[in-house]
Amino acid sequence: MKPVSVLNGNLLRHWRRWAPVVVLLALCILISLFNGNFLTFGNFIRLLNSAAIPIVLCMGATFIILMGSIDLSIEGVVALTAVIVSLLVLNDISPYAISLWAVPIAVAVGGLMGLLNGILHVKLKTPSFMTTLGVGFAGVGIATTILGGATIRISDQTFRFLSLGRVFYIPMAVWIAAAAVAVAYVIQERTRLGRWLYAIGTDEMTARHAGIPIERTRILIFGVAGLFYGMGGVLAAAQFGQGHALISQGRLFTTITAVVVGGTALSGGVGSVINSVVGVFIVVVLANGLVLMGVEPYVQQGVQGLLIIAAVALALDRSRLDVVK
Amino acid sequence: MMQPVLEVRNVSKSFPGVKALDNVSFHINKGEVVGLIGENGAGKSSLLKVLNGIYQPDEGKVLVDGREITITSPRHAFDSGIAMVFQEQSILPTLTVAENIFLGREEEFLRYGLISKSRMNAAAAEELKKVHLSIHPAMRCADLSFADRQMIEIAKALSLDSRIKTDVTILLDEPTSVLEQKEIELLFRIISDLKQRASIVFISHRLEEVLEISDRVYVMRDGQIVQELAAKNATVKELHQHMVGRQLHHEYYREARQATPSAKTVLECVDLNKDGAFSNISFELHEGEVLGIAGVIGSGREDLARCLAGHTSPGGGRLLIDGTAVHFGAAYDATAKGVGLVPSERKVEGLVAPFSVAENMTLAALPKFVSGGIISFSSEKAVAADWVSRLKIKTPSTATSAGSLSGGNQQKVVLAKWRIAGVRVLILDHPTRGIDVGSKEDVYELVRDMTAEGLAVILLGDTLDEVIGLSNRILVMRDGEITARFEAPPGGKPTQVELVRHMV
Repeated sequence: MKPVSVLNGNLLRHWRRWAPVVVLLALCILISLFNGNFLTFGNFIRLLNSAAIPIVLCMGATFIILMGSIDLSIEGVVALTAVIVSLLVLNDISPYAISLWAVPIAVAVGGLMGLLNGILHVKLKTPSFMTTLGVGFAGVGIATTILGGATIRISDQTFRFLSLGRVFYIPMAVWIAAAAVAVAYVIQERTRLGRWLYAIGTDEMTARHAGIPIERTRILIFGVAGLFYGMGGVLAAAQFGQGHALISQGRLFTTITAVVVGGTALSGGVGSVINSVVGVFIVVVLANGLVLMGVEPYVQQGVQGLLIIAAVALALDRSRLDVVK
Repeated sequence: MMQPVLEVRNVSKSFPGVKALDNVSFHINKGEVVGLIGENGAGKSSLLKVLNGIYQPDEGKVLVDGREITITSPRHAFDSGIAMVFQEQSILPTLTVAENIFLGREEEFLRYGLISKSRMNAAAAEELKKVHLSIHPAMRCADLSFADRQMIEIAKALSLDSRIKTDVTILLDEPTSVLEQKEIELLFRIISDLKQRASIVFISHRLEEVLEISDRVYVMRDGQIVQELAAKNATVKELHQHMVGRQLHHEYYREARQATPSAKTVLECVDLNKDGAFSNISFELHEGEVLGIAGVIGSGREDLARCLAGHTSPGGGRLLIDGTAVHFGAAYDATAKGVGLVPSERKVEGLVAPFSVAENMTLAALPKFVSGGIISFSSEKAVAADWVSRLKIKTPSTATSAGSLSGGNQQKVVLAKWRIAGVRVLILDHPTRGIDVGSKEDVYELVRDMTAEGLAVILLGDTLDEVIGLSNRILVMRDGEITARFEAPPGGKPTQVELVRHMV
């Protein structure tokens, strides 16, 4: 009797752990049945390329969500850092042309906005939901104001190489995203910050009792997430060759969807940056597949919306929840 | 005389309305096992929280190795050589065994800022060996049994031993309540081993165990240490006596007004059971009766109460209201059948604190105040005002937010809510917890009023005294089962010692 129930419990847990991968594989098989173009090298590169920026953004967002918080400032940070980096490389509006030196500056701005998120959230004890929403809106606002509604055209080819250049057939943006995953994975697995964010996301009181500096950890994690968003802004500018606040549109939803679909729990403590990479591919493959199958863009959005709800419903062990807010 | 490893001198700690610790002095010598016993609410947990840095004492001092220290946090206590093994576990299920053991203390394994997992796992394996636990340090704690996690918690405490210079004191808060007999024996062997390296404070409701493992025993009651005795010569019966202490005051509980229940059964349980909570529960509850349920934390009486109120579903057995079998899928169903629960967590579960007195009172019976989909404020207000005067609730108005009232008045609002909803069975879970003495008497008066009107009450008292004083009949529960039943007519009440014997 007993071993069976134990086995079932393990199977269920393992299924939950591997569900995102199964979903991704099933999607790939399904789409390739409908459309032979899906399984081509060209399409594979296209998939990787469209996954690059979401993956970089997801690295930051995953940390925040693992900690049990939420970050809605993604679009604001991406908009502002994209505009700043565009103004600092060779362009048609501003006289600065410091080329690649602009990258660390923009990333640092992202980090500072993240720190601002963290400091406001922790020191004013405001929910991360509200704080990051506010900082995000401020970011978009500032980005729009700087340009007064205009669009910057980037003519710096060295800078654009960051996205468009190819090394071994693979776009540079993909290599950068891979590096971001590696960095995030090391932070998650091998640093105290990574260990502590899991502890905080699981049970903040226990973490506090163990002597973990909760406030500092929270602020730093928001800062680290900001760095990733900053890099995301840089890549977006490099990809489109433009600086504009609208460059960030829709990225918040994609990022959070990917994190959740990948199996990281919104309640914190469960998940991984690797899960989010899988999550990004689910979202990207689905979008790609819908395009290949000729589905209308608005219907695509609807499908994404349903996807996130389905993922949350599947991921949560709701039998243990008394109250759902 | 030998210098105590850990000493508490004249420590007091008060909370609004309660003196949790009253001039407590306590010490433990190197290599000693000290038992700490007392009823729920006697002050054991408060004392532990002071030693663990969660509470700061109002008066008195704590000394480690003869030096006075102010323990500021559990981590600080840990670094000072005081490790606590919590009753409600502090193992994080999402982390691995090794990660849990060294949580917050990863510095030791850092190289160039990165944690060496292999070294951490090796060190954890060492600690696991000390508690004879053969599990892999890289296993996720979610995949382990409750007992294994408890042992990991102990391993975590022991990891201090090789890492600090001062002597280690380990506080074990009810470590055996979740362990099987074999594991308890193992734990006791480990404790014996440990005596060479550490001192141990052992808290348990199982008095035989306390006597078996301890050198000395402290008995607490009402926030004070009332007795200190050598375990060698003590008996379980003696410990019971000291735990219980005081005598009953008949007047206090309005015994003269104790109603004689009618023969009519309102609620009946037949072999009610729920996995891991309670089993074989059968009893009848009559109109106008107060049925007391006595038991320590973990006896299953809280689970039973929640189940009867529809908050959880039983695993098996039958529940009958007026002789008809009912099934409660949610508290809503129970309310519809006339069963209400006054929960012990008043501020969280009993009241919607920001709501007004009137809004709280009508919450469970809102349909009565609605016509055409609109809540009638005037009838709501009228009914609320009526109950405010009937229960003598001290509130500026019915529009005052309930959260701003005193504990006793809040409790009356909760009682009024169920009266308005027209319940016939009211389950009172620690109805007088955290309220002052005067208000307690008001609540007792109200219980008598209700039974006089034919309501049936199930009482999980805050103290044994209260259960004995208020009840017509008493059930004693231990480990999820009913272990004894007592009739408790005025003048013929069982003593606390008689009840305690069946509780622990």
